[in-house]
Amino acid sequence: MIQVENLVKKFGEFNAVKDVSFNVQKGEIFAFLGPNGAGKTTTIKMLTTLLNPTSGKIALDGLDPSHEKHAVRQRFGIVFQDPSLDGEQTAYENMELHAVLYKVPRKVRSSRIEQLLKLFELWDRRDDYVKTFSGGMKRRLEIARAFLHTPKILFLDEPTLGLDPQTRNQLWTHVKHLNETEQVTVFLTTHYMDEADRVAHRIAIIDHGGIVAQGTSQELKQKTNSDSLEGAFLALTGSTIRDEAATSADQLRQVAKMWSNRR
Amino acid sequence: MSAIYILWLRELKRYIRSKAQIVASLAQPLLYLVALGFGFGPVFEKSGNGDYRQFISPGIICMSILFTSVFSGIAMLWDRQFGFLKETLVAPVPRIQIMLGRTLGGATVAVIQATLVFVACLLVGFRPVHWGMIPLAYLFMMLIALVFAALGTAIGSVLQDMQGFQLIMNFLVLPIYFLSGALYPLKNLKIGMKIVTRLDPLSYGVDALRNILSGIPNFHLATDLALLSGAAMLFLGLGAWLFSRIQL
Repeated sequence: MIQVENLVKKFGEFNAVKDVSFNVQKGEIFAFLGPNGAGKTTTIKMLTTLLNPTSGKIALDGLDPSHEKHAVRQRFGIVFQDPSLDGEQTAYENMELHAVLYKVPRKVRSSRIEQLLKLFELWDRRDDYVKTFSGGMKRRLEIARAFLHTPKILFLDEPTLGLDPQTRNQLWTHVKHLNETEQVTVFLTTHYMDEADRVAHRIAIIDHGGIVAQGTSQELKQKTNSDSLEGAFLALTGSTIRDEAATSADQLRQVAKMWSNRR
Repeated sequence: MSAIYILWLRELKRYIRSKAQIVASLAQPLLYLVALGFGFGPVFEKSGNGDYRQFISPGIICMSILFTSVFSGIAMLWDRQFGFLKETLVAPVPRIQIMLGRTLGGATVAVIQATLVFVACLLVGFRPVHWGMIPLAYLFMMLIALVFAALGTAIGSVLQDMQGFQLIMNFLVLPIYFLSGALYPLKNLKIGMKIVTRLDPLSYGVDALRNILSGIPNFHLATDLALLSGAAMLFLGLGAWLFSRIQL
């Protein structure tokens, strides 16, 4: 379902992704694990048509995301790592806008929105502006929104960041259910090793822009002689802490925070 | 089509919900209208050009259209930084529809804002020469709004941060405004000034509104219509192209 060969992305001199290759089968749950700044999000951006690779080949359902953008966009759904909601609209309006963009049939639109907002416990707040929501609520709304339509491939970029255990559980149950009943292929990244261990069929570990190991959780543990995935991860990527450079987006968010008292 | 509609509607909702912003963006045109209208009025009239309020009001209406529509395009910067742009860019909708929805929304907001300014002009003493010509004036207002909303989208598609915004404001938007003849007649100008003002698309918008509302023509209405339509096509094409190339 996803084939990646020798993928490279350079930003000027900086090599964000270097020579990455992997395959994800149809109906598989594939986890992409790596420390901060390893190149996970850049890879997802290239897979989801948001960024063109410097070199290398990508095929999503046989299509090239840098040329057949529109056809590729019809095949996937995504939960981004950073927020992508419209704070000036209500929760319900955000859901509705998404449903229209993703062509959810009008007949089922309102019932699906209601069902998902209830599932993620946002129904009571449906008419409140998203800018008044807490971080966790925004996250829940993003996830509820991603389930409005059923894509062939679902990308989850650190979907559980800042979520409480209840919502995390709800999310993964839902993801597994979709995967089992609808054969949805799932590509996810996370910092929580237990989640990857629990849901992923196969795992790739990426560091400094390159894949250092891939296989089932069992295989990774055996390879490193660890008794947990966390141990395997640390054995493969070392224990130094990484910093991500602040992007212009981060800087602007800071300015915006200074100038507004909105959350 | 429904994607265009829902994004158009979003722009409208954002406008209607930001009451403080509506009031704030009325302040600047009003300041020009009152300060210049009453300040320059006596000199203007003494030089035999007639009532300055009659002259300047169409210019002020154009100013509010220019600012509102360009800013609505540049507001994409916020959507880029707060992430909402991504949500629309990965959606299975042709980018041209996303771009059109945003641009038409911005243009609609600009026309509404211009209507408020129009009312303000009436309150200060401005009187259109033919009330029956108002629909024609609105046709031109929509066209002007479309031209500059498309320009705003084109700019918004390439701007990455707020520093760029200042640059655009000082080197593009303000010159477009001051060189359009919104505040002074484009007659008897030196050759350099004449060329620059004729290259400014807003000149033709100001001229059309001033012709229709105040009965003071300079170019022909047909010329205004043709050149504004041309500019609209050009900027819509440019905006669509730049928008389709956005990478995040």
